[in-house]
Amino acid sequence: MKLELRGITKRFGTLVANDSINLTVEAGEIHALLGENGAGKSTLMNVLYGLYTADEGQILLDDKPQDFDGPGDAMAAGIGMVHQHFMLIPVFTVAENVALGNEPTGLLGSMDMAAARNKVLEISERFGFNVDPDALIEDLPVGIQQRVEIIKALSREARVLVLDEPTAVLTPQETDELMEIMRQLAKSGTSIVFITHKLREVKAVADKITVIRLGKVVGTASPDASTNELASMMVGREVELTVQKELSELGPALVEVKNISVLDDRLHRAVDDVSFDVFGGEILAIAGVQGNGQTELAEALVGVRSVIKGAGSIAVKGKDVTSASVRKVLEAGVAFIPEDRKKDGLVPEFTISENFMLNQSFTSRFTKGLNINFPLRKEIATDLVDRFDVRTPSIDTPAGKLSGGNQQKVVVARELARDVEVLIASQPTRGVDVGSIEFIHEQIVSERDRGKAVILISTELDEVLALADRIAVMYRGKIVGIVGPETPRETLGKMMAGVSA
Amino acid sequence: MSEKDDRFSQAFKEILSGGLTRTLLAIILGFLVGALFMIVSNKEFIEALGYFFSRPADAFAAAWNVVANGYGALFRGAIFNADADSFEKAIRPITETLRLGAPLIAAGLGIGLTFRVGLFNIGGTGQLIFGMIFATWVATRLELPFVIHMLVAVIAGILGATFLGALVGYLKARTGAHEVILTIMFNYVAISIFTFLMRDPNLLQEERATGNPKADPAAETALLPKIFGDEFSVHFGLIFALVAVVVYWWLMERSTIGYRLRMVGHNPDAAESAGVNVKRTYVIAMALSAAFVGVAAGNQALGTSIGVIPSSHANIGFDAITVALLGGSSAPGILLAGLLFGAFKAGGPSMQVIGISPEVLGIVQAAIVLFIAAPPLIRALFRLPKPQTTNALAAIRDRFFRKGGAK
Repeated sequence: MKLELRGITKRFGTLVANDSINLTVEAGEIHALLGENGAGKSTLMNVLYGLYTADEGQILLDDKPQDFDGPGDAMAAGIGMVHQHFMLIPVFTVAENVALGNEPTGLLGSMDMAAARNKVLEISERFGFNVDPDALIEDLPVGIQQRVEIIKALSREARVLVLDEPTAVLTPQETDELMEIMRQLAKSGTSIVFITHKLREVKAVADKITVIRLGKVVGTASPDASTNELASMMVGREVELTVQKELSELGPALVEVKNISVLDDRLHRAVDDVSFDVFGGEILAIAGVQGNGQTELAEALVGVRSVIKGAGSIAVKGKDVTSASVRKVLEAGVAFIPEDRKKDGLVPEFTISENFMLNQSFTSRFTKGLNINFPLRKEIATDLVDRFDVRTPSIDTPAGKLSGGNQQKVVVARELARDVEVLIASQPTRGVDVGSIEFIHEQIVSERDRGKAVILISTELDEVLALADRIAVMYRGKIVGIVGPETPRETLGKMMAGVSA
Repeated sequence: MSEKDDRFSQAFKEILSGGLTRTLLAIILGFLVGALFMIVSNKEFIEALGYFFSRPADAFAAAWNVVANGYGALFRGAIFNADADSFEKAIRPITETLRLGAPLIAAGLGIGLTFRVGLFNIGGTGQLIFGMIFATWVATRLELPFVIHMLVAVIAGILGATFLGALVGYLKARTGAHEVILTIMFNYVAISIFTFLMRDPNLLQEERATGNPKADPAAETALLPKIFGDEFSVHFGLIFALVAVVVYWWLMERSTIGYRLRMVGHNPDAAESAGVNVKRTYVIAMALSAAFVGVAAGNQALGTSIGVIPSSHANIGFDAITVALLGGSSAPGILLAGLLFGAFKAGGPSMQVIGISPEVLGIVQAAIVLFIAAPPLIRALFRLPKPQTTNALAAIRDRFFRKGGAK
């Protein structure tokens, strides 16, 4: 089905999120929508999916104008959407999830499970998805869960499929498999809109590329355009994609982790007998597919999550902090950039300057006895906003009103401004625009050059390869191996799937 | 539209969408609802309705009369009585409003504090009673010099309330029990203990009370002194309430303790990651909350020279919830809300005198809070803009109040 967006404009108050955007996706085409976070990709797709109503412009399917009043209309018209965060019910089976909201019914409205199962099998076979209709969602790996989402869309006769950042949660291998699926779907006539900010994937799979910046289409490109070309189109200026990094001198071991194990919220062993040392002046990257224990490991290092008693120890600068409180760990000299800034890193209702003192409210330069030192806080906040290029109307703006990238800069600024020797950065550039990624990477490297020990936890292989001095790969709670930064991508990919190097 | 005009219209929208506009509209609406009840329960109005189509003006006149008389009486009873024969009598109503508002303000601060920490303290009554037990014991069973006795009794009241609040916080942190359940249950426990103590002359009972639960009157030395002489019954409880307002403002807006309390209220996960012990913060918050309620306890136990009885808590613990809601949990807001509700209490009797049920005021109070609790409703009724996300207001304020060299 041919999809055409004509002059779509969407405003939020004075902000123009989409500025007369034109986009045509031919039937059977994989069309990549490339843009930084906050460029307006998601807004555009939400307009397409009927979640927002456009202020101006038209949506046409096979040249017929459409008027969507909610996702139901969009689905009925043949538009399917796979969100970045899956909308599946973990305790339901695949077939139940696919049928949800569109249940085939039999006599007296009873649900026809057989029909639902057959539908899943049929679609699964047609495209080689290899999905068991009776498996519970919670037992499936994320890559398969994503396929369930795709099946869900296809089962509703979707002829236009929107994939919103679909590779964020996948291993390199799973990403390749997804791309294969996308090609197959396209061959069968489905139009695919592929939203992403990863240039490599765009080049690998897209037929056509539209680049969006600040709510406007800034150009189209073909997949054989160079990575640098695409990146500068996206950011609006030349971008340095590789991080300049000198060899640095190794200092003493600042973090020593010995045989620790950690339970997750469901009391499964999420971190299993993990050991490593991190020296001053190096970046140890912990790579791995999301959900292999990295989150829990980071939480355990900082003390938010407790380590299983009796087994293993954590020491910072030679001081044992295995069962220390978070405050003790932070005071022992650890800066922490949590992976989920909205949940753990910021108080969205607090102003930017209030957020800058979040973990320094006990006794610090921000305090004067029991009072907050307001003048100094203002001074520090003004300086940090300036130094870290946080785009905000004022330092008194609530952090929740900032864009994702700027929120992250607030967190990064706060942590790097602390005078400590260890930095634990968990997904420091998740949901951050390319320009800010570049900046944050430079900052992390300069911390290392100053002799800090940096633990970088990242699921983005590009980031790991760009920054790491050593790479530890985690799989199912264990460290599969610790390898050098020159290790080829394929080897790392295999390690991320559990194969030892 | 020029950029400047745009900025001003943005700022105007921000004002319209702000909490203050909504609160004022909620109060006006509350009074309208109250007026409605007065009208439909008025005999002249109902009679006039019988011949409404021949002489509609009668019904409207009756309606206007009852509302004007009712709220007129409220004004005379709570603010200023122009009919009084002396100046003292004319201004007595406002002093009564201050006297009755004081404990509402203090307790309202306590409840407001828990709102800011993401907790809900429904146990104001229980904490107030514990405070009264301690204050009454000091006031009736100890002999101390003038002023000191009073101060010790007030502090005892604060400590008694704090004890119960801290206990609730501890149980919540330790066992995970919900503070709403705990505080409700402790209300029952507290009132029963209080009554029990007042039934035994060896404990708190007044000897002449013979069987009725009633405590000894507080010793002269422990009574809160009158502020404006014996002509007016407003006493030092008001001063303590005002001090509490200032302390609350400092605590919540200026101190690092309040900063952490608010942090936990907004985002306990981030607080945890920032090294704040969230559970301990809950204990501290409940204790501090109850401490403010304890100021109200001192007010109730030491404000009158007749002994306290089980109902001396005067429902302040619950009214404080509405005060805190109306006041938006901010120090100045609670001060004003407490005074408004104090005025209702002061003006109720004079409404009753002219034959209007003072329960109308209860309806007004409840209606105000209902409107406050439903911002979208108010927005829809008055077609107000949605909350704005700009800083236009701050920018304009900066322009007009820019201090030399500050920026």
